[in-house]
Amino acid sequence: MTTTPPKTRRGAFLTVLLKEVKENLRDRRTLVSAFLTGPLLGPLLFVMLINLTLNRELDKAEKSLPVPVIGAEHAPNLVAALKAGGVVPGASVADPAQAVRKQDADVVLRIAPGYGKAWREGEPVQVELFYDSSQRDANTSVERVTQLVESYARQQGAMRLVARGLSPGTAWPLQVAKRDQATPQSRAVLMFAMLPYFFVITIFMGGMYLAIDLTAGERERQSLEPLFANPVPRWKILCGKLAAICAFSLASLLVTLLAFAVVGQFIPAGKIGMELDLGLHFAIHVLLLMLPLVLLLAALQSMVAAFAKSYREAQTYISLLMLVPIIPSLLLSFMPIKAQAWMYAVPLLGQNLGIMQLLRGDGVSAGQLGLCLAGSAAAALLAVLATVQLYRSEKLAISA
Amino acid sequence: MIEVRDLHKAFGAVKAVDGVGFSARDGEITGLLGPNGAGKTTTLRMLYTLMAPDRGQVLVDGIDAAVDPLGVRRRLGVLPDARGLYKRLTARENVDYFGRLHGLPEELLASRREALVKALEMDDIADRRTEGFSQGQRVKTAIARALVHDPRNVILDEPTNGLDVMATRALRRFMRQLKEEGRCVLFSSHIMQEVAALCDRIVVIAHGRVVADESPDALRAQTGESNLEDAFVKIIGTDEGLAA
Repeated sequence: MTTTPPKTRRGAFLTVLLKEVKENLRDRRTLVSAFLTGPLLGPLLFVMLINLTLNRELDKAEKSLPVPVIGAEHAPNLVAALKAGGVVPGASVADPAQAVRKQDADVVLRIAPGYGKAWREGEPVQVELFYDSSQRDANTSVERVTQLVESYARQQGAMRLVARGLSPGTAWPLQVAKRDQATPQSRAVLMFAMLPYFFVITIFMGGMYLAIDLTAGERERQSLEPLFANPVPRWKILCGKLAAICAFSLASLLVTLLAFAVVGQFIPAGKIGMELDLGLHFAIHVLLLMLPLVLLLAALQSMVAAFAKSYREAQTYISLLMLVPIIPSLLLSFMPIKAQAWMYAVPLLGQNLGIMQLLRGDGVSAGQLGLCLAGSAAAALLAVLATVQLYRSEKLAISA
Repeated sequence: MIEVRDLHKAFGAVKAVDGVGFSARDGEITGLLGPNGAGKTTTLRMLYTLMAPDRGQVLVDGIDAAVDPLGVRRRLGVLPDARGLYKRLTARENVDYFGRLHGLPEELLASRREALVKALEMDDIADRRTEGFSQGQRVKTAIARALVHDPRNVILDEPTNGLDVMATRALRRFMRQLKEEGRCVLFSSHIMQEVAALCDRIVVIAHGRVVADESPDALRAQTGESNLEDAFVKIIGTDEGLAA
């Protein structure tokens, strides 16, 4: 009958952490969410979508393109030029407008019956292209045919000028030289705007079931009351629980980074002039950027779950919370705003900007990294303090 | 030794505990008896510092719960109304978790745990996960968990609730053993026979107040009833909420 010596100082935090990790490693649903669906669904979905998009673009650019031509017999030279450009002139259609609208053809070319006569007399003639610009799928085809027709026209015009003893330059006093400053990497950015969200969601899903289980779940099972009867301050118990949540979401993040690194090899980005680096350098930087976010999300999830009376209720609240991190991603993809320095200090937004910059190949400067880490860490600290405060409530432990 | 002085606790307009005071001595079993909703659980919750009283004082071995709540919790073994085991952990792991939270060194923890497993006759269930445990197995595990740090004072909130006859008898034997070891045992109940069979002292609570604080014999003498149940009804002035 000895009273125990009060040397719980270091043990309590670790005890809670280890117990929660052990207990949750035994839960299949948590495991599946943290190590399978959460971190792997993103990369898988991502690579599938990207491959689909890329392959379609590539197909369009290389494949022969069937185009119904009305009145092909009036302009054999033009048709021959189109053929040389990979267009396969198809049978004439009765109603070109209908054919395009019903997506029977991406684009229909109509040559007027008066073409031959006008051409011989040196008069300007018109050819018509029917297409539907709301069919995004057809845009590549339309552009290709347009360019072929226009370059044929330029070439013929130049020959006419030369025949009349004039320099072809006379007709084109001004020439636009396009100097595209996009690097292969920056071109990739457009397609990968949603990538940061995948990382956030992974962290979120990795810790979600723990956060619910460790507050609302424990309350529902009525184990919080005996737990709080132990001689350990509540904030210490909470810290152990937060650490357990962080451990799981970090593990999820690592799995997803690994998956992206592997999957990145299978994205044929090079074929369309993009460069994509999802390797070690990228992974380390993302990990660093995300670290404070891991704690912030863990605290937010615990806080939300602590408000709920039951497991189910907590699940509902947390699914709503999951929509919050999508905001910066949507914001950035719909309104491309120029990044100001202060934006890096905003949690989620900062990470978003940082990851986009990594994808562009610009790298993240030490200042931006510092702002991002400091801003998110401050937010995380606030969230932890608020959760600690919530944990002090008498009502928290009472289940009934 | 647990001393309670003039405790008050209100939830909104409801006065759950309205001036409760008593003491529970070492080497005695003290029963907190009262109908459902009398304020027993709320009183106990203030004892193990889950709640802070609006007014009044709790002393455990002379330590003021308001001043040193951790010191009080260290000296208490608590079986709350909510048993709440961790169902994905085995019975032993449940006990170990609380032992470590009490800061027990591993060797001491192991010997304490095994002693309790033996005393509570839970050898056959100790390495099973607690999911699917019967009510009796749950209570045993929860008690082992509550006593792993060898506390001088033991608080049990309705310990025999939901137990069958055999389990109830075993638990009563165990409580007497705790008393013989010189501990202060305080338990709540709304069941007369149980209190009569076990207690050295009965504290009767009704409507958030102490209406009697006597030995069973004194209680019978005071009310002039030879039957303890009749005495109880007479004291609280109603038989509402009484279960045999």
